[in-house]
This record gives sequence, structure tokens and C-alpha cells, in this order.
Amino acid sequence: MSSYETIELAEAALNEVCEAAEIHGELRYWAGMALREALANAIKHGNKLNPDKRVHVEIVAQPHVRLRMVVEDEGEGFDPATLGDPRDPENVLRSSGRGVFYIRHFVDEVTFSTAPGGGTRIELLKNLNSNKNLSLRRE
Amino acid sequence: MKSKVRNVGEIVVFDLDGKITIGAGDIQLRQLVEDTLAGGKNKIVVNLKDVSHIDSSGIGEMVGCYTTVARRGGKMKLLNLPPKINDILTVTQLITVFDIYDSESDAVSSFTSS
Repeated sequence: MSSYETIELAEAALNEVCEAAEIHGELRYWAGMALREALANAIKHGNKLNPDKRVHVEIVAQPHVRLRMVVEDEGEGFDPATLGDPRDPENVLRSSGRGVFYIRHFVDEVTFSTAPGGGTRIELLKNLNSNKNLSLRRE
Repeated sequence: MKSKVRNVGEIVVFDLDGKITIGAGDIQLRQLVEDTLAGGKNKIVVNLKDVSHIDSSGIGEMVGCYTTVARRGGKMKLLNLPPKINDILTVTQLITVFDIYDSESDAVSSFTSS
């Protein structure tokens, strides 16, 4: 299923995982925001809202160590290096182009690769044992 | 997202509640702004006090609404930013784009003083 309702389902699944792993507060909130952005990209830009295409989501928590979230789409893949910096003056007032930038701020590690079917695979890691997780990281 | 629209003199205040996210709150926000402009009003205060989540689509829509209102000779200002939304606006340097207020009376009176 590839519609925006998927995002709410995935966030509910994340909440269940977090509840079991005792991940609360800011950690859970920013992990959820990163997952939402990754799914929105997969559904909109990857699968291009095609209801016949799927997104694959994997969420694994190692309590007190890290939270790992993987999202794969069935699109044609993309090169994240082509993305501009939304903070550049010419981009600040654009109405799009912030999703991946936010993901990089919401979690500790972001890895893009090619999914088995040729789509985009994004792996997000959030450390659970670091004080910096208590608030949104800033550069 | 739930929304309530109030008129305070010639100013229109949107009280938003919930998520401004892709496919839902973002479209609602755009519709609220379009309806307001169609009604001949272009001074808008967006009260974010009860907004729990805003994603990049919601942010993009907010920027789009801001520029749309400005093109129509008006202004859209923000009220009661929750800390997390403040962070989200800060990291993309949008915090300097919007006029942001902590009190509704200050937000409303700013239209007459500017």
C-alpha cells in the first residue's frame, strides 16, 4: 500500500516498538518525525503515489543502544547528492526540498542505498544512549 | 488537524490543533488561507499552540501561504510556537522569515503598528 495513511500506520508501529523498548519523550518524537519524512518521500517521490506500489518499513530497537528504521520504496531511486541546501538564501522561501535535510537533523545516521528492486532504501539510526538526543541537534 | 477561524477586527486568526502533515493538515492550511483571501481579508494570524507535529510538507505549505498572502498585499504571522516547531523552523532558518508572537494581542496589534 502506498498512500499517506501508511505514514500513520508506520508511526503507530514505531510507537509500539518504542513502548516495548522504553523509548519515550524527545527521542521517540524526533525518531517519529524522521520516519514520517522518509515515508513521505518514499510514497510521493519514490512510488509517485502509485497505489499498486509498496513501501517496506523495518523498525528495530536495541533498548538503551539504538533505534534502527529502514524504509524502501519501489521507485526508480535517486541521488541525494543532487539535493540543495534549504538554508541557502535562494531556497529558504521554496515550498519544498526540506525533507531529507530534516531527516539528517532528526536522527544520528542516515544512509541511502538502492533497494533490491531498484528503488530507494534509507536507513535511519538514532542513538539511545546519548544526551544529545534530548533535543534536536543543531549544526 | 482541527481548525477554528476567528475574526478579530479585520484580522483573521486560525486556531490549529493536531498535525500539519502531508496529505492532511497541509492541504487544510492552504484551503483556510485561500478561503480567507477569497473573502477579501489578507491579515492572518496562525495560532500553533495546539499543533503537535509539522513535517516538511506542512512547513512548505506554511511558506507557500506566507508568500501567497504577501503577494496579495497582506501578511501571515505566527502565534504561540511550541518548542519543537520552533526548533524545526530554526534549523532551516525560517525562524527569521516569519513574524512570531507569544501573545495574540501583540500579534493582532502588530498589523496596525507595521
